[in-house]
Amino acid sequence: MNDAAKHSGQLFLDLPGPLQLDSGASLDRVRIAYQTYGTLKSDKSNAVLICHALTGDQHVASEHPVTGKAGWWSNMVGPGLPIDTDRYFVICQNVLGGCQGTTGPSEINPETGLPFGLDFPVITIADMVRAQAAALEVLGIEKLFAVIGGSMGGMQVLEWAASYPERVHAVVPIATAARHTAQNIAFHEVGRQAIKADPNWAAGNYYAKKEKPTNGLAVARMTAHITYLSEQALQDKFGRNFQDRDVASFSFEADFQVESYLRHQGITFVDRFDANAYLYITRAMDYFDLARDRGCPLAEVFQNTPVRFCLVSFTSDWLFPTTQAKELVRALNAVAAHVSFVEIESSRGHDAFLLDEPEMFDTVRGFLRGAEPAFKGA
Amino acid sequence: MTETLRPDLKVIADFIAPDARLLDIGCGDGSLLAYLRDAANVDGRGMELSQSGVNACVAKGLTVVQGDADLDLKDYPTDAFDYVVLSQTLQATRNPKEVLQQLLRISHHVVVSFPNFGNWKVRLALLFKGRMPVTKSLDQPWYSTPNIHFCTIRDFMDLCNELNAQIEQSVSLNAAAHVRQINGSLAHANWIGEQAIFLLSRGGSSNAQPR
Repeated sequence: MNDAAKHSGQLFLDLPGPLQLDSGASLDRVRIAYQTYGTLKSDKSNAVLICHALTGDQHVASEHPVTGKAGWWSNMVGPGLPIDTDRYFVICQNVLGGCQGTTGPSEINPETGLPFGLDFPVITIADMVRAQAAALEVLGIEKLFAVIGGSMGGMQVLEWAASYPERVHAVVPIATAARHTAQNIAFHEVGRQAIKADPNWAAGNYYAKKEKPTNGLAVARMTAHITYLSEQALQDKFGRNFQDRDVASFSFEADFQVESYLRHQGITFVDRFDANAYLYITRAMDYFDLARDRGCPLAEVFQNTPVRFCLVSFTSDWLFPTTQAKELVRALNAVAAHVSFVEIESSRGHDAFLLDEPEMFDTVRGFLRGAEPAFKGA
Repeated sequence: MTETLRPDLKVIADFIAPDARLLDIGCGDGSLLAYLRDAANVDGRGMELSQSGVNACVAKGLTVVQGDADLDLKDYPTDAFDYVVLSQTLQATRNPKEVLQQLLRISHHVVVSFPNFGNWKVRLALLFKGRMPVTKSLDQPWYSTPNIHFCTIRDFMDLCNELNAQIEQSVSLNAAAHVRQINGSLAHANWIGEQAIFLLSRGGSSNAQPR
């Protein structure tokens, strides 16, 4: 780990050269914040990359330094868990454009000594993956046993399989799609507009100011959070129940539990997330379209792929519905790829991939074990 | 790995040439796929309706998608496989003819097994008891059976003829799982056989020999 520096429990590394971006711009001196779990075997045959979702980070299975909460996938990743850190060396990197230490709009631009703000170039999912691949080269890992992730993490997983098929053995894209739909983009645009409508956003130049665009970011989070849950999940969790009262207040206070919950989600989110990072990362998701990026039908993206796929969707996920997973399965079958697929019965919507879903755990565990014998290592 | 295969699956396995590309529809827990992978280096894929079945397969390192023979076969490209296997499933599909057509499209060879409704126990149950038969291989009453399109061996051969499918091999299994060639003694097979297994190929092509 030549360029890697350990700093207050957090790992960082600097990419050796400039990072070329899809927009045509390039970024010098990119820094990647990451975490690892488990031990890399001497033949480097057990490296697993986990890709985080829109508002996730590298703290996949360890305490978050800001919130003090357990890692976002601590039910999936750990000793004896489906992504077993007794077997695998797990790496999770904060994505390019993120706000947990990796180069992004809230980080210092080495050229100016000030935060990038809107001077940060617009990035894509492929740019994120290019940065991850470069970071793994720094770590000396040439071939991954598996790349795994849900939602936006799943998009990165698919991009890995499409762009670096020789560098990854098996992939598990969960609750994801080969492209963002009009509806997905529409919800993101509402979130971005909420941020931009906050006067404290100040065209992205708020880093030196006392007030941050927390109201706008909180509303963006509230909107997005609704899309992560199913109607059933909201109904089961809150129904029409009042919060701390028995009768309506006849005001615009948060009478209903669901209002109170969303407000809480919004308020706590702003402590750990940057408004500009939210703009950039949602944009990257909107631009994602595996087939269109390559100007060919989806199936051709995976022509002759040696990668083994295991796709997972959830019945009540309307943000990344099963129909989109099946579109990928169809394309992969058309080119005779090794593709397994399971649709898991769950009432919890898109969020299910982060929750206690035993069938998902069994699928991931079984697929990874089953893929081990065929892996030769790096 | 030496798995004990169900007798009908063993017969099917013997139809399959080594190193072939195969799709097993309704693959259950993946017994046949795992057996063929280990015994004959077959590059197998599976389709299974139940989530528990898919999970069992995936955990064995098999490549299986959750899907429905009635809906999802159209997604496979033409000539994608050397063999496609549909065991004990045809009678449970909503549109057996269309399913069989799809199978003949996506694969050079098609293996189909089904319970024979021409079996003497079935005939006698209807003749003497006046009731829908409940036997060892048809163990559900009429209102809860998943089997909605029964046929006899003769019926099935008529459908093969209509679809211009070549019958390469055909065997029947009696209650004791004794295997018998149907060739030449169709009436006997249709009377004795509890199950039938056919190896078909697309008619019209001269090189349609099983490998």
